Amino acid sequence: MSKVRKLEEAVAMIPDGAVLMIGGFMGVGTPPHLIDELLRQGKRDLTVIANDTARPTVGIGRLVTAKAVRKVIASHIGTNSETQRQMIAGETMVDLVPQGTLAERVRAGGFGLGGVLTPTGVGTVVEEGKQRIELDGTVYLLETALKADFALIAAKRADYLGNLEYALTARNFNPLMAMAAETVIVEAEDIVPVGVIPPDSVVTPNVLVDCLVAKERRHG
Amino acid sequence: MDEKTLIAKRVALELRPGNLVNLGIGLPTMVAAHLPTGVNVFFQSENGIVGMAPVPEPGAENEDLSDAGGSPIGAVPGAASFDSAMSFGLIRGGHLDVTVLGGLQIDEEGRLANWMVPGKMVPGMGGAMDLVSGAKRVIVAMQHSAKGTPKIVKRCELPLTSVRRVDLIVTELAVIEPTDKGLVLREVAPGVTVADVLAQTGAELIVPSAVPTMPVGA
Repeated sequence: MSKVRKLEEAVAMIPDGAVLMIGGFMGVGTPPHLIDELLRQGKRDLTVIANDTARPTVGIGRLVTAKAVRKVIASHIGTNSETQRQMIAGETMVDLVPQGTLAERVRAGGFGLGGVLTPTGVGTVVEEGKQRIELDGTVYLLETALKADFALIAAKRADYLGNLEYALTARNFNPLMAMAAETVIVEAEDIVPVGVIPPDSVVTPNVLVDCLVAKERRHG
Repeated sequence: MDEKTLIAKRVALELRPGNLVNLGIGLPTMVAAHLPTGVNVFFQSENGIVGMAPVPEPGAENEDLSDAGGSPIGAVPGAASFDSAMSFGLIRGGHLDVTVLGGLQIDEEGRLANWMVPGKMVPGMGGAMDLVSGAKRVIVAMQHSAKGTPKIVKRCELPLTSVRRVDLIVTELAVIEPTDKGLVLREVAPGVTVADVLAQTGAELIVPSAVPTMPVGA
């Protein structure tokens, strides 16, 4: 069965209050049309797990500006004054996580691990409420796995089956998140016939992808 | 030479051929423009590339290629791109030779605070905590004081980035090395005296009998 869906159908699967992982780093590698459609459908009370909230008018920042987000789990909100304002005003919950720890918590979620041990954050405010574990003389924090209801992924190319290839720094969290969500929705810049992407170049295998957003018609 | 250029030039002297280097945003970014002749290093950008370079010419930007601040970059021949777990594996796993970061405060134990000012500025730590915990060598490049208030202090009041002791502090006045005995004054900037440095430092400095001048030309 084809995984290709119209944009509005793909996004209609996402209920208010859903937990979303959204790929991207300062908007680079964030699926633009999926963000547009979340806004158009007026989604509310979303939990967003992402590296950052970009800028108020860019990428994930647009969801924050539209008050579509109840909670953000991210490593950096310094470029988005609106996220900071909403956090300080108590309108949006923000959980700040060191970037490498965020990547590993998402990876653990997708790889069937309960969490990871990392030295990052030991002795800082990040340690509060966490278990400290000492192994061979090094102190680590136990950081738990993250999972989501939906992952919104931006890929460079997908084939009809959903094998994905990424480009340069637009890859970032996308392949990790494609492992860690119940339903994976992909917006690819190009959709190509099966076989065009060589097996060695596939980063996210098609079995992980549930839904490919159709391209707008460009042929006559 | 302005203060920031002086700092960038002095930090650049710490880099060795073949090093993998991560530069923080702001002042540390300037280090890339001041590499000594013959010193070729690979710059990492933590959003997922080793081998970042400036955009080769206006109009050659690629929307899938940016630095950690989201600005367009280029890439050197031999560059490699990867996901965020790999990027932080390089940082945390002991593969990153040097990280250069800015600082808000550093204390007598060489501990850095650089990610938030409670109640005022809550940007989030981004990659800073992983970088300070994991890099083989941590160099802090910062101005010596902020609006007349020393940034090198007895004990950080601001939330720490890591409890790891940083390896070197470079300011427009001095080069200071945190050691297990305390902060050692290693060099002063051209035209600056030891007394000048002491007067603008809020922590105790160990002053060796000879303190050379930074080897940075105009």
